[in-house]
Amino acid sequence: MSAMLSRPTAERPAGPTYADHSRPLWRRALVSREFAVIALLAVVFAWSQGNVDNFDGPLTLYYLFLDTAPILLIALPLTMIIITGEIDLSVASVVGLASVAMGVLHQDLGLSIPLAALLAIGLGAVAGAFNGLLVAYVGLPSLAVTIGTLALYRGLAVGLLGTTAVTEFPERWTDLAKARIVDGSPYPVILIPFLVLLVGFVLLLHFSPFGRGVYEIGQNAEAARFTGVNVARTKFWLFVLAGAISAFAGVYYTLRYGSARGDNATGLELQVIAAVLLGGVSIFGGRGALHGVVAGVLLIGVVSSAMRLENHTANVISIVIGVLLVLSVISTRLLAWVSALVSRGPGGRPPLRIGRRRAAVGTNGTSTTGTTTTSTTER
Amino acid sequence: MRFQIRRSTRSAAVALVAGLALAACGGGDDGGDGGATNGAGSGGDAVSITFLPKNLGNPYFDTSDAGGKKAIEEFGGTYAEVGPDAGSPDAQVPFINTAAQQGVSALVVSANDPTAICDALNEARDADVKVVTFDSDTNADCRDLYVNQASTEGIAKAQVDLIAEQIGDAGEIAILSASANATNQNAWIELMKEELGASHPNITLVDTVYGDDDDQTSFDKTAALLQAHPNLKGIVSPTTVGIAAAARYLSTSAAKGTVALTGLGTPNQLREYVRNGTVTAFALWNPGDLGYLAAYAAKALIDGTITGKDGDSFDAGDLGTFTVGADGEVLLGDPFTFDADNIDQFDF
Repeated sequence: MSAMLSRPTAERPAGPTYADHSRPLWRRALVSREFAVIALLAVVFAWSQGNVDNFDGPLTLYYLFLDTAPILLIALPLTMIIITGEIDLSVASVVGLASVAMGVLHQDLGLSIPLAALLAIGLGAVAGAFNGLLVAYVGLPSLAVTIGTLALYRGLAVGLLGTTAVTEFPERWTDLAKARIVDGSPYPVILIPFLVLLVGFVLLLHFSPFGRGVYEIGQNAEAARFTGVNVARTKFWLFVLAGAISAFAGVYYTLRYGSARGDNATGLELQVIAAVLLGGVSIFGGRGALHGVVAGVLLIGVVSSAMRLENHTANVISIVIGVLLVLSVISTRLLAWVSALVSRGPGGRPPLRIGRRRAAVGTNGTSTTGTTTTSTTER
Repeated sequence: MRFQIRRSTRSAAVALVAGLALAACGGGDDGGDGGATNGAGSGGDAVSITFLPKNLGNPYFDTSDAGGKKAIEEFGGTYAEVGPDAGSPDAQVPFINTAAQQGVSALVVSANDPTAICDALNEARDADVKVVTFDSDTNADCRDLYVNQASTEGIAKAQVDLIAEQIGDAGEIAILSASANATNQNAWIELMKEELGASHPNITLVDTVYGDDDDQTSFDKTAALLQAHPNLKGIVSPTTVGIAAAARYLSTSAAKGTVALTGLGTPNQLREYVRNGTVTAFALWNPGDLGYLAAYAAKALIDGTITGKDGDSFDAGDLGTFTVGADGEVLLGDPFTFDADNIDQFDF
């Protein structure tokens, strides 16, 4: 028992207790971080429609999706990485590196756009694999590794092109990056690959053994290994995915702005991480869901868009988004308290736990109860 | 214990709601100028001009935009200034898109990248927004008019002349620039190299470093320059952020007075360093005049007085009459040299 108490996981507040599953499905879905973000997104959007001049214009959604597309794309693999308790700070540098690589391959080697794009994505995957190798197999902390590669990949990108920019891209392709799915609709073509990837990532994270492994690693990597999750391989492939998709975002970025430069997408990594955290993913790993993350990205996009229409400048927008982020972190605790209060009811009965449900306190039951009780008192 | 938890729950909920309400209210204050919704230019009565500098919090653009504001107040119109925090190439695009959505009459922009914002500007022009670039141009087919502060040759030559005079026309110099991709800095540096090669064979340019128009980065790069090149005799910094940071470093280092510093700076930033001898003389134009001229140029485009073709001329208030040159360029004038004798006459 005392050995159990001293384990670090016992102190982690974000871990689910069995109380999470003792509530009906609708309550679990509605009283959650993800739903709070979705509701907030709906409220902000509806409010802006009515109160912000020109927000209901035909261009708003179109520009919103064009602007947020790279963040939406990169947020998919980054969500999974953060759920494992790791982080990838090099994603924006990979965007820049892929952008430059594509420009150089197209301009200097005369490759066609699709081929240059494919090679750039391949380069991104290699860059991700390098991160993954150091984190998963060498066992270095991902924060340190990816701060290093953030500088390394950015340096390579700037070094390849120097002070110049490649701007000669065929109009056919730059137009495609900005094209609408149907003429006159506010939905740009970039949403198609995003939606395909989104479906893929939802299946991978929420409906596959691999995805369960991702959560398990975030809860307790040691325990995950003992239950048969290949921790190193899982992490490795997540970093490869992050690299490849960041590079794809880099290709999109290059074509959208028609400009391949070493400093493209500088600082984008923080926007992606902010959106992922706003969407309810715990920075300690182990919890989070993709619907929340997508809502988080869109919420930041809608808030920025509405505030720009009101002629607010970037620093004011940053302040509001920063406040939102802090509030959303606070709200995790808030929601935990609220749902604890709700399920406790007027009698103040504590939530059910598996160890107690059958009142059978066997050897396994003891340890389970011990762990969860500890985490409750810690709160 | 439980009571305390409940109390903090409640106060957190109150904070959350208050925060949201605050964020929501922030937008609602200037809903009055919504006339632009259904396309701009419905009449000459509501001229709205938005200034989009490279980045905010830069005293140079504060001054230029203040000049623009002064002009807009003179001819009666709505002035707005928006912009990103950092001068990265794509950061301006959302603001250009927003101007298109708002249907403002004109957008006055200093470009961070000649190409990256091009499509966005053309989309805005499709929405009947007149586009005037100032300070830093885009490709000529993305804007109606470019208000040039001084000719590239004039600026490059002025800086080379200043540094040559200050170091006795011989020795090692280095350049501390803005970002590695900054349009006009790179053009000046190219011409400065040509001018050095042609007229000053005894001066060697040993290094060009980039402070990214960030004060601390520029400060650190200056320190690194002096370390790496012990024989350095002068630094040219063709950016206002760079020269101020370099002056701050030099004034407290042993190199003060022995390493010359010149470039493009503003009088208010460098006054202290001119007085204490760190800087002898530096060049610039008046950014206030630049913004002022850009606003009048935008107004002339909105009114249809000019279309931006070669030979068009328009009135620019206190500055007199200007004529559009080739490629839709309007030239403000020659750079101006500031030194200990005249610096106190300026306040920007």
